[in-house]
Amino acid sequence: MGLMQQTIFEQAVLFLAALVVFTSFLMLAQRRLFPLVGLFAWQGLLLALTTALVAFNLHYPHLYASALMTLLIKAVLIPLMLRRWIIQLDIHREVESLVYPAYVMMAASALVLFSYYVVLPIEQLSTLASRNAIAVSFAVVLLGMLLMISRRQAVTHVVGFMSIENGLFFAAVTATSGMPMVVELGVAFDVLVAAVLFGVFFFHIRSSIDSLDVDQLNRLHEVER
Amino acid sequence: MNWLTSIVETALFILLAPLFAGWVKWVKCLLQNRRPPPLVQPYRDLAKLFRKRPMIADTASWIFEAAPFVVFVTAVFAAGIVPFAIAHLPTAKVADLIVLVGFFALGRFFLTLAGLDLGTAFGGMGSSREMMIASLAEPAMLMAVFTLAMSAATTNLSQAIDWVLQTGLVLRPSFVFALAGLMLVGIAETGRIPVDNPATHLELTMVHEAMVLEYSGRYLALIEWANQIKLMLYGVLIANIFLPWGIAESLTPRDLALGFASIIGKLAVLGIALPISETLFAKMRVFRYQEFLGFAYLLSLLGMLSHVILEVN
Repeated sequence: MGLMQQTIFEQAVLFLAALVVFTSFLMLAQRRLFPLVGLFAWQGLLLALTTALVAFNLHYPHLYASALMTLLIKAVLIPLMLRRWIIQLDIHREVESLVYPAYVMMAASALVLFSYYVVLPIEQLSTLASRNAIAVSFAVVLLGMLLMISRRQAVTHVVGFMSIENGLFFAAVTATSGMPMVVELGVAFDVLVAAVLFGVFFFHIRSSIDSLDVDQLNRLHEVER
Repeated sequence: MNWLTSIVETALFILLAPLFAGWVKWVKCLLQNRRPPPLVQPYRDLAKLFRKRPMIADTASWIFEAAPFVVFVTAVFAAGIVPFAIAHLPTAKVADLIVLVGFFALGRFFLTLAGLDLGTAFGGMGSSREMMIASLAEPAMLMAVFTLAMSAATTNLSQAIDWVLQTGLVLRPSFVFALAGLMLVGIAETGRIPVDNPATHLELTMVHEAMVLEYSGRYLALIEWANQIKLMLYGVLIANIFLPWGIAESLTPRDLALGFASIIGKLAVLGIALPISETLFAKMRVFRYQEFLGFAYLLSLLGMLSHVILEVN
């Protein structure tokens, strides 16, 4: 079933899926922290929109609730929290230097292709119109990992981690039309708690090594430098 | 009969190109609180340059004199390939999108040769920068073109436009990405802000102006005109590939009037969007070109990927 046989709403789901993976790419290229958090908020917003559209297409009222929850937690609450910590840690003027940005971008494109090939047999099992987007959600997961691997700043790692969670949520919505409400509530609060814990960790890392550069955590220091 | 119409249409395209450049300049002046020149000012400039006696340096070889003609003729041929207001034309059928990219490359090759020919410092600098931009922009443009070609299963522009018209309004992520990529490439290739500033002769930032610094008289007029044609070509390409609605599919007077009215309307809108983006953004450093064009390439690549992943089954 090609794109042309689908209704405009099903097309819109796939279109938003493409935009979600686009925000992941933009996050990989973003050096500053505030715009990075802003991109993360945009991804959350797109995710909420997609969920609402899927709910509309399939007439699943409980998905509206999870769309609203995604909007509140991932597009508003967590970005606001991250913003506040960035200001409190006084790192909002820092510009992170990217290591080999061109290679990271190439790796990112390769990951998208890889996820497409991996997901191809899984797509055969699904009958939903949005099944083509499963590859995209898997790609968002892998791109989030790439963001964590290629950066050194702890806040960026957290954004990468959250965007992995976004990818998983997206996969659940597009492949199986959403998880049960209980599971979704649990995951949402887990994410929120994780975000709070990360905040606590930021301040701990900062007070112990006087920096948020996680590369400095590679070495063990027996004595104070 | 058909060949005659297509020749007339191409001639019209070439004659309207300075008007489009004048429109862009007019809107830009208004946006920057300056008093705009009249819309026909580019025609007056061209007429003045054609009347003037060209000066040629002693060190110039035949390439220097031949280059403006090659640049102009390739621009005219490219204008013949791209459907302007009528979808089915014999000129559009004999050549496809890859030939179009080839014409652009040929014209650019001769312009950079001409820049190097006199051995002046500016010419060489401009040529090297132009080649750098070209080497980065061409893959992005080809990738955007291939995205279109894969969707429509043809590299022919007429057939691709037919295909878009037949399928109607479909929300294609690949087309949106390819459109954005092609716009960025167009900005880079026609030397607009933020890649190059067409209005300045400030030495350190020039790209296009540095190459044609030694030209005068009718040679300069030909190069300027070719540049205006190129700007309009990108505009028509973007308008007709991605939003072809309204283009004339037959030669009845009603279709023709609708076709011309719609393409002029689309170009007028693009001619407002371009100066707005030029007013909002500042010119980039030369060393950031590769980021800009890398982004264009990424957009085109995402267009291709989203076509493969999301749109085909």
